[in-house]
Parts: sequence; C-alpha cells; structure tokens
Amino acid sequence: MKSRMIPERMMLALMAIAVLMIGGAADAKVYEPESITLANGMQVVAITDRRVPVVTHMVWYKVGGADEAPGETGLAHFLEHLLFKGTETVPSGEFSRTVSRNGGEGNAFTGYDYTAYFQTIASDKLPLVMEMEADRMVNLTLDPDEVASEREVVLEERRSRIDNSPGSLLGERTNAALYLNYPYRRPLIGWAHEIKALTRENALAFYRKWYAPNNAVLVVAGDITMDELKPLAEKYYGVIPARAVPDRNRPMEPEQISARRVAFSHPQVGQISWSRRYQAPSRFYGESDQVMPLAVLAEVIGGGATSRLYKALVIDQKIALSAGASYSGSSIGPGTFFFYAVPAEGKTVEELEAAFEAELAAILRDGVDVQDVARAVKSMKTSAVYARDSVTAPAHAVGQALAIGRTIEEIESWPDQVGAVTQEQVMQAARAVLGTPAHVTSILRPKPAS
Amino acid sequence: MRTLFARASVPFLILATLLLARPGMAEAIEIQRVVSPGGIEAWLVEDHKNPIITLSASFAGGAAADPEGKEGLAVLTASLLDEGAGPYDSDAFRRKLEDMVIGLRFNARNDSFGASLQTLTENSDEAFDLLRLAMTEARFDAEPVERIRAQIVAGLKRNENRPQTIASRVWWRAAFPNHPYGRPSSGTVESAGRITTADMKAFAKRVLTRGSLKVGVVGDVTPERLGVLLDKTFGPLPENGAATPAVPAEPAAIGETFVVESPVPQSVVVFGHRGIPRDDPDRFAASILMEIMAGGFGSRLTNEIREKRGLTYGIYAYTLPLEDAQMIMGGVSTRNDKVAETVGLVREIWADMAQNGPTEEEVRDAKTYINGSFPMRLTSSRPIAGLLVSLQRDGRPIDYLDGRADRINAVTMTDLKRVAKRLFLTDELTFSVVGQPKGLTATAPAPESRS
Repeated sequence: MKSRMIPERMMLALMAIAVLMIGGAADAKVYEPESITLANGMQVVAITDRRVPVVTHMVWYKVGGADEAPGETGLAHFLEHLLFKGTETVPSGEFSRTVSRNGGEGNAFTGYDYTAYFQTIASDKLPLVMEMEADRMVNLTLDPDEVASEREVVLEERRSRIDNSPGSLLGERTNAALYLNYPYRRPLIGWAHEIKALTRENALAFYRKWYAPNNAVLVVAGDITMDELKPLAEKYYGVIPARAVPDRNRPMEPEQISARRVAFSHPQVGQISWSRRYQAPSRFYGESDQVMPLAVLAEVIGGGATSRLYKALVIDQKIALSAGASYSGSSIGPGTFFFYAVPAEGKTVEELEAAFEAELAAILRDGVDVQDVARAVKSMKTSAVYARDSVTAPAHAVGQALAIGRTIEEIESWPDQVGAVTQEQVMQAARAVLGTPAHVTSILRPKPAS
Repeated sequence: MRTLFARASVPFLILATLLLARPGMAEAIEIQRVVSPGGIEAWLVEDHKNPIITLSASFAGGAAADPEGKEGLAVLTASLLDEGAGPYDSDAFRRKLEDMVIGLRFNARNDSFGASLQTLTENSDEAFDLLRLAMTEARFDAEPVERIRAQIVAGLKRNENRPQTIASRVWWRAAFPNHPYGRPSSGTVESAGRITTADMKAFAKRVLTRGSLKVGVVGDVTPERLGVLLDKTFGPLPENGAATPAVPAEPAAIGETFVVESPVPQSVVVFGHRGIPRDDPDRFAASILMEIMAGGFGSRLTNEIREKRGLTYGIYAYTLPLEDAQMIMGGVSTRNDKVAETVGLVREIWADMAQNGPTEEEVRDAKTYINGSFPMRLTSSRPIAGLLVSLQRDGRPIDYLDGRADRINAVTMTDLKRVAKRLFLTDELTFSVVGQPKGLTATAPAPESRS
C-alpha cells in the first residue's frame, strides 16, 4: 500500500541488507554515484544505469521518529501520510493519481532517522515528479477532515501491524526495555493513545520545522546522468530557499548494567520463540570502529546454515529448530546486536537459552575460527556485486546512508573496509559488546485460549 | 489451455526478436530463443553490464498434486533439494553456495515447481553444476530431512492462529471442499509428519522432467555458452514423468459469509469469487477493470474505503488464474465495529462497476498506467527471468510483448461494460471474516479442516 511506513524490525532487516549490499567488486567501486550540492544546501545524487528507460526518484529528509518530542510518538510517520493530502496546485490524492496516470509507482516510508518519498517512472516523466515533490516540500495545505480521516487510517495501520500481532506487541516492549533513554525506545508508528491525540497543528509544526531543501537529499537512479539531472534539480528544488533547521539533539544512553526479560503469552501465538538483544555501537554512536567487525561477527556466528550458532544449536545439539544473529549499525543512535532461536520439539526455552549462553561463552573465550572470518569477509565483498543489478535498490542504499550522515566516499569504500577486517578485530568487538550481562531477553509463548 | 511445449529439433537455432515496451523507448530489451545442441530451449535476455547470470526454471506440477494426507510434499521437497546432493552433504553443499555467493532456491506453487539460480559469471560452471546435482542427485539425508521438516512444522504452528491465515484457509476450504485448492499447500502439522524420503524422491522424478521445463535466463552469458550450460544442467533430466491431469473446478461457496471468532481488535476479511481463464479473449479488458477497481491509490476500493472514510490501511483485489480454477480474490482489515460497513461497501462498489462500468477518464488512466508501468518490471534480472518463464508457461509467442500496448489500447468502452458484468459478480462474493465483527451475520458455519 502506498504511504506506508516500515516498522523498526523490518527497518533493521533492511539496514542489515543495506550494510551487506553497499559493497562492490575487488576494485572497490560500488555504485559510482555522482554528488553535487545546490546553492540552497540540498544534496543531489545521480546513479546511472541506462539499461531500461526508467528512473527511481527519491527525496530523503533528515528527520524521523527519533526526532519527535516526548508525547507525540508517531508524528513523523503521520506527517508522511499527510504529504499525500495536497497543496494549492496538487489537490489531495492527485499526487499518487498523477504518478500512476503517467505509468509510475510511488510510495513513502518513515524510519527513526529519516523519512523518504519515492517514485519509479519512465525517465522522460522525471520533471513531472520532481515538480510535484518540490511543491510538497513547502506548500502543504491540510484540510482538517482529511487529517481526521487519515488518523483513522494510521490507527488501522497500527492495528494491522502491531495490535493484531503478538510478536509486534512484544517487539514494542522489547525496544522500550533495550533503550533506556534513547528515542528508539518509542514505537515508530506511535502508541495508540498518542496517535489519537495528534493534530493538524502538530503535523504542520513538525513539517515547518524539518522539511527544507538544506535538510534533504535527492537521489535519482537509473536512466539519468548528473549532466541531465543538475539543471532539473536547480529548476525544481534549487528555487526553494534554505531555512534554519534545528540540530538533531538526541539524548545519550546511560550505562547498561542489568539483564532484563520481557515475556508475553498470547492465544494467537502458535510457536514459542526466543531472542536476545545487546546495545551495540553504530556508525554514529559509540565505538564506531567496531561497526565493520560486528557486521562480520554476525555473519560468522549467525549468518546462515553454516554459521557457528546454527551448527552448534540446530545441527549438533538439536536443541533449536533455527538460530541466528544479526547486527544493525547503520543508524545515528545506538545499534543492536540481535540473536534469535526457536526451541526444538521437546526442549524448553530454558534449555535452549542455557545452550546458547554456553556457546556464546565459548565463542568469547576461544574466539571464532580465522578461516571462518576469511570466508565471511570474502562472501560479503562478493555479494556486493549483486547490489548493482537493480535501479531501486542502489537509490535506496545510497539515500539511506547519506540521510544519516555517511559520505559517498564511505559508501564506495565499503568493500575495502570489510576486506580489511581481521579475526582479532572481530573478537575485540565481540568481547566489548557481548561480554556483558546487560542484555534484553524476549520470549513469546502460546497461551491456551481458556 | 496451455499450448503444448514443442521442442525445436533444429540444432542450436537462435531466433531474435525485439521487445518494445513502449514506443520511442531509448533502449529495447531483446529476447532471444536459444535452443541448445541437445535440444533444450531457453529464452534469454543477454546483458553484459554486470558479471551476473540469473536463471529461472519452471516445471508443471506443484502442491495441488500432493497426495491426499501428504499435503506439503511439494513444499518440503523444494526445501530439501538444496540440502545436500551428489558428493556433498548438507553442510558441504550450503558452504559451496555461501562461499561462491550463489543464490539457489526451489519453490513449490499450487500448479508449478520452480528453480532459481543467480551467480557471478566467474562461478557459473560450479553454480549450474550445483543446480544439476540438486535436481538429479538430491540426497535427502536423514539429518536435513528431519531438521527441515521440524522447521516447516514450526512455521505452520507459528501461522496457524494468525487471523490472516485462518481467514484465507476458511475461504479456500469452503470454496474447494473436494479439490486440492481447498487444502493448505504447505500442508499441516500432521501431514508434514507423514511425508517420507521415498515420497520426495518420487516427486522429484515425476516433476523434474524436460518435457514440461521452461527456462528464462538474464545476464552475462552468450547464447553459445548458455547452450552448453543448458545441456550440462538439464540434459540429465528424464524426458517425461507421470502426467498431472487437470481437474477443472468451480468454487462451491457462493455468496456466503463466514465468521470465525477471534479476540483481535481488528477483523481480517478475505473475499472473492470465480474469475475468467487466463487465455480468455476478455483478459485485457479484465486487467484494465481490475486496475480501476483495485490498482492502489486512486482506484475505487482504496478511494472509497481508505481515502474517503478512513476504514482501513489497506484493501486489495487481484485476479488469480490457477490451472484448474480462475479466481478474483481480495482482502481488507478494519476494526471490529466497522466490518459490516466495509463489507457492505465492497458489495456496493462491486455492483456499481458491474452495472455502470468504468468512466472514460478511469479507462484512459488505467490504460496509460498499464502500458507505461511495464518497463518498471524490467529494472532487475530476477523479475525479467520470471517474466520469460511465465510467457512460455502461458504458451505465448516470443514476440508477444511487442503487441502488448496495442492489445490494451484496442479495448473499447463497449467491451469494458460487457466484461464488467461478467467479472464483478456481487451476488457470488463470499466473505471470510476473522475477529469479533459487530453487526455482521454469518450465513453458514465456517467449514472445519478436512484432515
């Protein structure tokens, strides 16, 4: 559906993919994006792939759910929905209708650190979508009835994604336990009672505060070059004056000192599941030189059917049906190192947890195999070649990276960075992040429907 | 319904055609018919921009042919073919895939069984050989069989209480009480436990044959090289297996409303009725009408139910032309006290379209969208390979896409008004609702599970 948001769990998965995908062949070129900055401060990026006469046009705003004030959770996402509700020149609903009338498709999504709007359309229609996207950057008008109706849509979205899904309900509570002070502890879609209280005025205030060309990144990928894009960007976006945008002042986390457990039973749950999360450094939070080693660590110990945890818990001990790990460090705030497992038939979740802890202790004590690190590094580098086989995915990966503050140089040197990771660095990061009792364990259990 | 596959006997014949997705398109994509020296056909889009080769293959026969009581056989087999083959046990096989970053997957649908392969050019010999091994020498060792079976059972348990799963299962069970489509294609906890290694070996032997094979390839490979790879990979497959006879069926539940009580704040609704065959001359009119009815923002369902009234986050509908039955299916979720209103609106919107047809403006927009959006399906290799296979599976000629826009544009308002009456059968709409809907009365008890 259009105008949707991506919930945090999926966002983490996407980030993990983005981290994996932002890579390249051994000669260390990835997407070869070209970047300029307009006079008003808007960054403009072109990624050329001329195989099909299609472009993906994306505008990324450097604002997301983590920039909301306390008590107004869901506002960034609500505003994203409202951006389809019209301006003086493009009435409500016309944006999407015009895109599809011209054979294109569009959507939008909200993350904790960014909000993005995009269309994929024939390259000769690019000026049309640029004109409309530039228009709604500053000219939004909101009819109060439309706002009220869209609030109901968002509440239905919350029911679909969260309230009807015990795993998502548990996920919300898990985040609130993992992050003690950082806004990632709040649900991106918003708590139901706070969504109900969001007003037209809240939305417009947030819009005027954050939506400006100097707080946005334009990415166009596909049948386009910078020579073609630059005059269009100047014509449509370059005329919008820059405006003062506040700094993104985010609170810091206090020290993690205690283990926490969140358990939830629900009649809708058919299969018990277990997970554990550790707060971890990210690209812009904490020890950022651990980011690459942690990505490699996740691959080595939990990245698939040949990973250490899968082999130990699923194949050898047969105590789990599945087991794995992932790491997300592509964020402004703290990252997460995540483990999951499902107990095998006849095994309790306590037995599973004990086996996991024993294996993790062995990993931290004895280290991971040097050969396994080399294998993971090689396949991560290699997998990056596939990232180029798409028009939309490169736009997404580059836009996401730039929106949180990374640079083109950093994106392009990803293969070199991952290639340089050593077993020693992996273990140093592993011990720093996972060698603590301060973690959050979540257990989802079936409950008989009495 | 489907033209029979006639294998060209001319050795290594290459025919080329131009795919013009829209007039004036800057670059065209060329589909080539490649017939290997051994007589195996593939449709190829050659593209040397990236060092990647993507293959999609499909065989006739899928989950609908699972024996009674062994539902889930096709799905379990698909999950085990890449868990060890030839000289490699499960761990060695997965390691080879991971080390060379080869994407190899099998999937079981209701009516077909598919394989997909993606590899870097430099690893293509090994990649195609692993595909061959998986198809012809899968090991089905006890360890992976029991491990994967347990994972599938856990997945079934995880899903079985979800409102979406229940709503869909009830709908299909009611519509097809005596046809395989009424069974869950991934099986049940019980049926998955009954499937033996012998069943899976027999399935692979029966389904993975050259007789029903369709292949689509995209990427960094020449026709000559592909010919060699095709022979090595698919040459060892048997010519024909036991045929899977078609069993045409009509949905049984007509105009019913089923309600399954569940303690959720939002009811999940699945609805649908019979549709039109995939070779029906009215299919182009139908695709225009479905775009107007359910093509996202601006379409009638989204406009009336989401945009105007805020009743839902998402409402959808689509045509589902299966081999044995052709359906139009849809779904919506809304809070419990709005279900009756929402279901009523779906009926009204359906009836209005059947009675009055679309407007001129809607038709113009839908035609532009359908024709203009087509190139967007060609922006990465996997969807292109999938398209090459489905064209062949539907028996289309290789230049079928050239006339695509003309066929859409040729549909007249008279056609659309006539087809709307044929397509939107308000009285036949059957709804399956899971939740605590207020003010909605069931017309019949929801059917119990067969097994």
